Amino acid sequence: MEPNTGKITSLRVEHITKRFPGVLACSDISLSVGEGEVLALVGENGAGKTTLMNILMGLYRPDEGRILINGEETVFRSPGDAFAAGLGMVHQQYMLVANMTVLENIALGYTRAWSPLALDLDMVRARIDEISRKYGLAVDPDAYVWQLSVGEQQRVELVKTLCLGARFLILDEPTSALTPQETDELILLLRKMTRELSIIFISHKLQEVKNLSDKVVILRRGEVVFEGSTADHSSDDIAALMTGREIHLPRNEAPECEGKPALDIRGLKVRSDRGFLAVDGLDLSVCAGEIVGLAGVSGNGQRELAEAINGLREVEEGEILFFGRNIADHSPRDVIDAGMGYIPEERNTEGIVPSFSMKENFILKDAGSPRFSARSFLKLEEIDRNADRLRTEFDIRSPDTDAAAGSLSGGNIQKVILAREISRMPRFLVAVYPTRGLDMGAAEFIHRRLLEKRMEGIGILLISEELEEILDLSDRIAVIFKGRIIGTLDRRTADSRKIGILMAGVRNDEAV
Amino acid sequence: MDFTVNILALGIPFSVALLLASLGEMFNQRAGVFNLGCEGIMAMGAFLGMLVPYGAGHGAPVPGTFNVLGLLLAMAVGALLGLLFGLAVVTFRAPQGIAGIGLQMFGVGTAGTLFRHFVGGTQSVPGIDRLPIPVLSDIPFIGPVLFSHNPLVYLTFLLVPAAWYILFRTPWGLRVRASGANPRAADSVGIRVNLVRFQALAVGGALAGLAGAYLSLCQVKMFSDEIIAGRGFIAVALVYFGHWRPLKITGGALLFSFAQALQLAIQGQGIDFPYEFAVMLPYALVIVVLAFSRESLLLGPTALGKPFNREMRT
Amino acid sequence: MTKQFKILYRTVLILLAVAAAMLAGALILWTIGADVTKTYSVIIFEPLKNKIQIGEVIIRAIPLTVIALGISVAYRSGIINIGAEGQMAMGIIAATAVALAFPGLPKAVLLPLALTAGAIGGAAWGFIPGLLKAKLHVSELLSTVMLNYIAAQFYTFCLRGPMLDPAEITMGSGTPQSMRLTKAIWLDRLVPGTRIHTGVYIALFLAFTVWLLLWRTSWGYRMRAAGAGERAARYGGIGVAGCLVAAMVISGAFAGLAGAVEVAGVHRRAIEGITGGYGFSGIVVALFGGLHPAGIIPASFFFGLLIVGADMTQRMAGVPANMVLVLQGIIILVIVATRMVLANPYLEDRVRRRYCRLTDRGREE
Repeated sequence: MEPNTGKITSLRVEHITKRFPGVLACSDISLSVGEGEVLALVGENGAGKTTLMNILMGLYRPDEGRILINGEETVFRSPGDAFAAGLGMVHQQYMLVANMTVLENIALGYTRAWSPLALDLDMVRARIDEISRKYGLAVDPDAYVWQLSVGEQQRVELVKTLCLGARFLILDEPTSALTPQETDELILLLRKMTRELSIIFISHKLQEVKNLSDKVVILRRGEVVFEGSTADHSSDDIAALMTGREIHLPRNEAPECEGKPALDIRGLKVRSDRGFLAVDGLDLSVCAGEIVGLAGVSGNGQRELAEAINGLREVEEGEILFFGRNIADHSPRDVIDAGMGYIPEERNTEGIVPSFSMKENFILKDAGSPRFSARSFLKLEEIDRNADRLRTEFDIRSPDTDAAAGSLSGGNIQKVILAREISRMPRFLVAVYPTRGLDMGAAEFIHRRLLEKRMEGIGILLISEELEEILDLSDRIAVIFKGRIIGTLDRRTADSRKIGILMAGVRNDEAV
Repeated sequence: MDFTVNILALGIPFSVALLLASLGEMFNQRAGVFNLGCEGIMAMGAFLGMLVPYGAGHGAPVPGTFNVLGLLLAMAVGALLGLLFGLAVVTFRAPQGIAGIGLQMFGVGTAGTLFRHFVGGTQSVPGIDRLPIPVLSDIPFIGPVLFSHNPLVYLTFLLVPAAWYILFRTPWGLRVRASGANPRAADSVGIRVNLVRFQALAVGGALAGLAGAYLSLCQVKMFSDEIIAGRGFIAVALVYFGHWRPLKITGGALLFSFAQALQLAIQGQGIDFPYEFAVMLPYALVIVVLAFSRESLLLGPTALGKPFNREMRT
Repeated sequence: MTKQFKILYRTVLILLAVAAAMLAGALILWTIGADVTKTYSVIIFEPLKNKIQIGEVIIRAIPLTVIALGISVAYRSGIINIGAEGQMAMGIIAATAVALAFPGLPKAVLLPLALTAGAIGGAAWGFIPGLLKAKLHVSELLSTVMLNYIAAQFYTFCLRGPMLDPAEITMGSGTPQSMRLTKAIWLDRLVPGTRIHTGVYIALFLAFTVWLLLWRTSWGYRMRAAGAGERAARYGGIGVAGCLVAAMVISGAFAGLAGAVEVAGVHRRAIEGITGGYGFSGIVVALFGGLHPAGIIPASFFFGLLIVGADMTQRMAGVPANMVLVLQGIIILVIVATRMVLANPYLEDRVRRRYCRLTDRGREE
């Protein structure tokens, strides 16, 4: 198929409906984008934004509805068709093959350089060069993708999409892994691009929506609830429309706590899966009755730190003092028995056993405890009782406690994990991205529970990418960069700008 | 000197069946599919390979075309079995390890059943003769070691650089590697991941079929139920050992076959060593090799063994 | 409506799977010009026609049950044991060695001792791949297969060497087999006129034990958690490596015990080919039985039937007995594929909507 190279002057989506088992992901959605326009697609997690874009890219087939480009109906059977029509998408999780070079990654979609027996890599290289110059996006074609930082990978994604001939860009939460400063640069770049391209971008950060878009469409539970010009509406209006209700997330307003150090990490070094030092000489201390928020762009050692504290990853060097006792390199069992609670990053594969029932998941850490077993035989009645109690107390929506945990929604899975961790009466809690991907209601519930625990005198290490969450909940905020704490801020003096500067790796004293 | 020449000259043809099957398995795994049924496909290949010349001549010498037809039939059915496996593990997304065992049983069972019906008992075939290369085969040392084999040996060793080129320098190889390393990324630029996996399975199956036919036509020159003797599984192990790279895989295959040749040579010297223990050695060697070559999927197909489902939301 | 659809959907899929399996087998049968219906009816009905044959089916179901139970324990714990064949062989050697070494012991001592030895022999052979997987991440699929080949050679070595029946050397044909073992390790025959032996009780007892272990104890809980979600199990403080090793030891012990029972109950001496593919059939039985003791018992009877039936097809329909391997291979492929299709909510949803549209239209008309 010879790609059509004309401009895309209008893209219209009409009455798109898409169902997944048990979910109506998109319900009768219509929208349109004109030449040079920037449309912001806004909505909570799970509102159907990504599904709609995947339909536009030919990754999903809609159950109903149609897509029109320049007024002509178009059917995309695969992403190849969408590319040929001039659409290009930068996905939220970058679609790059880590163990290939940038050049190979781009060649993968650049069919013009293909012939049956040879791959014209020089042609791809020339194309990359051309695009890089045109938009001022420098990339190293011979670098392996796994060697690149998140920001660099995103640049590669943009270059790739443009090289493949995109004349209409779809960006799915392009700034979610960037520092505030990188975000500003990206927005400038995208503005420049609108001279030649139209853009749809998905976001839930209202600031970006105001800065970049001409039009805004708000989705809620798969439906369009608002469509209008960005300039006419304030951020507050948009926020209210997004959630559909006034939600005020609870804030930590309690007086500062003067507890003893519960968790004291000294000079910790931990290697990542790829073998480099992901945590590289980290010092951090959290008191009892204190929430310390650990902010940072993801991939700066957060995962490795949380795993090392919980005995799930080998410690190269350093100490993890837990109420004065060094638990570095102890087994997960030892750490659990010492009183550590842990809400892990991967809730679906790590926090629960998906095929186990909810009640079985509640005893994941305690199958052998005298409470749930006697002489190795499980106490089935006690397990049932415990499950019923937790289900009510934590408002977990499911017909019964025998339902497979993996079949629950994300918010309910997180409640199962939270219920288990809190009901075990931990002395300390490590919570990693506890509300990622949850709707506001569930997030509010989880925030309240965490604050309650703080008031009871439990120390909490909160690892999050959401600055708002960190600012709302933390007593102190530590910023992690390349495996070290680059700076610590007090709640009263912290704001997102200061945190952002630290997240980019610039120490306070060097800034401005 | 003679001893060394003997071992090398014997070891090189021994490596061919392993090498062909391993290269096939390499394409499967590079595309993200772990085909443990290799052994079964090889059994079918071994049977079909000898069936054609046997059917034509009943043990008497036949024109070479029948041998070639046997090889082609083995490859065609091997490819078909690869596609059948694809139906189970790619289309229906069955777990690959256990499905591979199913394919192995099916292949070995079918070869045995058909063999008993069409051939009956142990029958040898003339098979494919050696083809010493003129001039080159007369060079001392190098001649007997490298240039006095049957045509398939030369062909297989030419296949090694070809496989490297296909994997790393052609669009198809790029698609295969992307489908195994990050199928979502491949899909997002319009590559039909499952189609690529089917293609790789067909190629892998054809090579496994050829490997089987090599055994029955060139190496053993007959068929028996135990003819493959675990070579299919060893071939799979070699792919891990060789980190999904053609050259390293070749090294592994040669290591194994030289060890085997050495073992035969030592036995030939009349050293008193229980025969059974000598036969055990290659299998024990596989375990040792696997224990010391930790899989590093980060270099190879990261999504190995994982079925691709575009609609599965993570 | 939804429930009715669900039952219909599952039934249709399972029927399709059965049809696909029979068709695939039929393709091979047509190739060799056999009478397909006759072959299938011989395999399934002929062994049930008299008491002796039913007895033969049952004595094959005994090792199948025991082996499949062990394979299920391993499978549920996240490790696929293809090595039952080798573990069984090691069990036979260990049990035979004990019987040959202590021929004078009374039955009450020797029989339990020999059975235990068999279990230990198998367990040792299962321990190796378990440890290799837990510590060095060696694929158990490959290591167990390799250990099968090694065990087979060792078995032959023992029968030809240290365990060879002295009578075979002096006057016999040199058949590699041990001498007839002392009566003190014989399992009693249960039904006169058949070879059914008290191993039946052992199999049933083990089935109950496995159920108890996996679903009623904290050990079983941990093992199942390790198998169903390795990362979550590690997170929950469960020693996954220990679970893997324990599962393989149990699995191997079951296969070894099956071998010991087979020697003590059926052959009463170690001969070549006792294992005869039981280790592989056990995988099929375990999957067919849904990896649950309650399913494994009927499944092993069914596969006992297939094995006995396939022996008869040679004589009655001219189909080689290897056909049973073909059928088993097909059944594995069809079961694993069908399980995934049944568990695919996307497909079910799509079919449901189409089905609803059809029935709605039917109602309107």
